[in-house]
Amino acid sequence: MTEQSSAVVPPVGRPRLVRGVRLTHSEAHGGWVLLAPERVFKADAITVEILKRCNGEVTLDAIVDELANTFAAPRERIHADVVTLLTSLADKKLLEFQQ
Amino acid sequence: MTAQDPLPAPLGLLAELTHRCPLGCPYCSNPLLLDKRDDELDAATWARVFREAAALGVLQVHLSGGEPAARRDLPEIVKAAREAGLYSNLITSAVGLTPTILASLADAGLDHVQISIQDSDEPSADHIAGYKGASARKRALAVEVVRLGLPLTINMVVHRANIGRINPMVELALSLGASRVEIAHVQYYGWALKNRAALMPTREQVTEAVRQVEFLREKHQGRIVIDAVVPDYYARFPKPCVGGWGRRSLNVTPAGRVLPCHAAEVIPELEFWNVREHSLAEIWRLSPAFAAFRGVGWMEEPCRSCSRREQDFGGCRCQAFLITGNAREADPVCHLSPSHTLVEQLAAASEDTAYSYRRS
Repeated sequence: MTEQSSAVVPPVGRPRLVRGVRLTHSEAHGGWVLLAPERVFKADAITVEILKRCNGEVTLDAIVDELANTFAAPRERIHADVVTLLTSLADKKLLEFQQ
Repeated sequence: MTAQDPLPAPLGLLAELTHRCPLGCPYCSNPLLLDKRDDELDAATWARVFREAAALGVLQVHLSGGEPAARRDLPEIVKAAREAGLYSNLITSAVGLTPTILASLADAGLDHVQISIQDSDEPSADHIAGYKGASARKRALAVEVVRLGLPLTINMVVHRANIGRINPMVELALSLGASRVEIAHVQYYGWALKNRAALMPTREQVTEAVRQVEFLREKHQGRIVIDAVVPDYYARFPKPCVGGWGRRSLNVTPAGRVLPCHAAEVIPELEFWNVREHSLAEIWRLSPAFAAFRGVGWMEEPCRSCSRREQDFGGCRCQAFLITGNAREADPVCHLSPSHTLVEQLAAASEDTAYSYRRS
């Protein structure tokens, strides 16, 4: 394949789950799940912490800062985790960026 | 899952609200003997079923049919799904669903809409649906779904008459604003089985279609998600039908019978329980139909000792029964099945006969 049109993650964009995608807790399935059209994804603890902050109001950079503070972790590592997750979700059309 | 494992929690509920449908698609997966309108569960019973489903672990409800919009109380049913905490997905032909009703469904908390498209070529689409003007109505309603801000999936069932037009069908879905496309090769149950010879593509067509889907998936990555259901008559291994019998999902018929999969009623030995008489939890746990093929204990060879037995669960029980007459055999689609040559013969037995349209 010559061309990859993967979604670009803008640092100043404000990520949020698109309509039709919901993060919810399920006792029966033992934790958090992301509900999407015809699909269900298990969400691990890190994913949940990131997605809870993706409300369309906070920029990606601010989310990374906040997570780095809260979890006293290196900013570069948090940044890489966040970008990987959000890129993958945007590619699956589950997440969008408000400008 | 083995016999010792605890009972799994289901993820999905297919709610067949009615078998009534204005379209006559020859590949319809509904049974030949359709539930009658007078026997349909009322909205209050559906609301109870949704609450029981949620308590059992179900996360998503697929509101299907027939055409769910044939029910006037559809907004009430959608509201009940939302109140039960379920993610609701409307699976519609779009014919008979007006923009006004659609708006009331959105207000009631509907999460997602899936509209079927029969072909990118309109005369062909209407011919397949057996309904003049269906294609134009579907396109108009799809635009309305997107205008309301609801996520849209376009579902296209692929068979001999349209298999060469996967690319224009995906382009159509993109132009309508869909975020997801489902390309489903016909599965041969119900009316589709009756029309098998008229629907069956050739092996060359299927190979080309699979290649095409891969190409389009890469080409449109990030713009539209393309999910595909493989055409199993030409596969080497069977599909993990419904993710394993009695493992992930339940199907409730318009009249309230609870099935492990929508086609399960073709297997004569199974006893189905009804939500009018039992709670969904009792049915999931104890009904004979769910227990029959759960896990791997029921398997015969070659499945019993197969390394893939907990991967594809022996394939589809209904297909095993329909083709071999024995619901415990391996799905004959599997190349390890002693009956595999039957599938090869059936796949080769295509002919250009007129469709036998499904009529409710």
